[in-house]
Amino acid sequence: MRSIDAQFGLLKAVRRVSLTVEAGETRALIGANGAGKTTLLRTIAGAHRPTGGSIVFDGTDVTRVPVHRRVEMGIALVPEGRRLFPGLSVEENLSVAGGHRRGGYWTVERVLELFPILQERRRHRAATLSGGEQQATAIGRALMCNPRLILLDEVSLGLAPRAVAGVYESLRTLVSGGTTVVLVEQDLSRALSVASRVTCLLHGEVVLEGVASELTREQVIAAYFGTYGATAVGATS
Amino acid sequence: MTWINVLLQGVLLGGFYALLACGLSLMFGVMRIINLAHGDIAVVGAYLVWVIVNQTSISPFLAALIVLPVMWIAGYAMYVLLLERSRRAGQLVPLLTTFGLAIVIENVLLQVFSPDVHSLGSTAGGLATASATFGGVSISALGSLTFGTAVIVLAALQLFLSRTNAGREMRATAQDPDAAQLVGINARAVYARATAIAVAIAALGGIFLAIRSTFDPSTGPTQLIFAFEAVVIGGFGSPWGTLLGGVVLGVAQVVGEQINPQYAILFGHLVFLAVLASPRGGILARRAGEA
Repeated sequence: MRSIDAQFGLLKAVRRVSLTVEAGETRALIGANGAGKTTLLRTIAGAHRPTGGSIVFDGTDVTRVPVHRRVEMGIALVPEGRRLFPGLSVEENLSVAGGHRRGGYWTVERVLELFPILQERRRHRAATLSGGEQQATAIGRALMCNPRLILLDEVSLGLAPRAVAGVYESLRTLVSGGTTVVLVEQDLSRALSVASRVTCLLHGEVVLEGVASELTREQVIAAYFGTYGATAVGATS
Repeated sequence: MTWINVLLQGVLLGGFYALLACGLSLMFGVMRIINLAHGDIAVVGAYLVWVIVNQTSISPFLAALIVLPVMWIAGYAMYVLLLERSRRAGQLVPLLTTFGLAIVIENVLLQVFSPDVHSLGSTAGGLATASATFGGVSISALGSLTFGTAVIVLAALQLFLSRTNAGREMRATAQDPDAAQLVGINARAVYARATAIAVAIAALGGIFLAIRSTFDPSTGPTQLIFAFEAVVIGGFGSPWGTLLGGVVLGVAQVVGEQINPQYAILFGHLVFLAVLASPRGGILARRAGEA
């Protein structure tokens, strides 16, 4: 079993947030723009240095561990805006991450099987791909690290509805394979349908946390916009 | 026939400039650092070979086999100890750091070796003066060897960048260092490796400089200017562009020399200025601004 305790004293972006994610769980982080979701994900991945608090991954304190070492330990982030290497081909984008894999299930071929749309684009430069293809490549690139925890930041942003459906379809495959997922999602109904638990952030603080199926839409919306009041269910602040 | 000869000399000279320039291009391409100590590092390579040759009287090419790994390690250390810190302080700081390093190197060389002018030409076993003539066109052995070495080095660099895992990592890091670390690439190690390669190739260029010509502690800055011009003319980034830039610069200088021996350097500068003023020069300026 594995858990992550994250406590941050980041000024403004994320304030003393505690978050525990169990192995195999799918957690959705929701909240309005500027609530601190992206900062929280980037801090877990190690791309952002917390000013206070600690991050524990699988029993190990990783707070001071640099990004690339955390990848080796099994944490991978699909960053906001995808951030592919534009001059590298799809295949190179995947294999450049594969070079650091801890060994495991995912290989270039298996990623291309998961995303058949990439199959014929494998030799094309990432810059020439459509949004959906880029997103698939970005997720595939994170998978190549064979993560035990995958962090997804706004994977549906800027995608056509059909492409979003495709991305979520592949997410379900991942979850059923036992990978722990933490995702940031603007689309509430999508977030609630895919996640087992939901954490809502507001101004850098947790205002609501609970099992996705037990929360009502009204509760979530109230927390989302900060009209929920001080007695939030399971809230930690 | 004279002009074919001139053109050929220019191309061969271009190989030498490409060898000098390719490390400069690599460092700028991978980490957006313009290494102002590049020419002086080349001269350090020349001095190290000169010392070994003087002590043991082995061939300078054998000595190079010892010096290049040493310079590789020195380059790695240069990134870890100097450049990494200055990179953290902002974009302009590495430029100042390498400028300072250039001054330090020149003065240390002056202290240790005095301002005397040296050359390795006489130690290369007649290679520096040997040449073959084909139907009125004369090809110098050293020029061909330099050009051949440049092509091999640039081809190897190109293959390294496009085919090997470490090369892919280098390109990925150059394009987006943040994302590269997120897929498990140790960007610091990649930068250190790029600096090591650049410094070793600069030293190789310095050794050829020492065989074909003379050197003293103040030779570096002139070589830096030639290397910089070759990189700008060829366009930053690709190894073959660097070779092309070197050849254009070499041909311009030799053509200028043909018209009047005093015009050699001037013609090279004029071509450089023309490229800078052209739309391609504009593209370069934009890329530098993005960094």
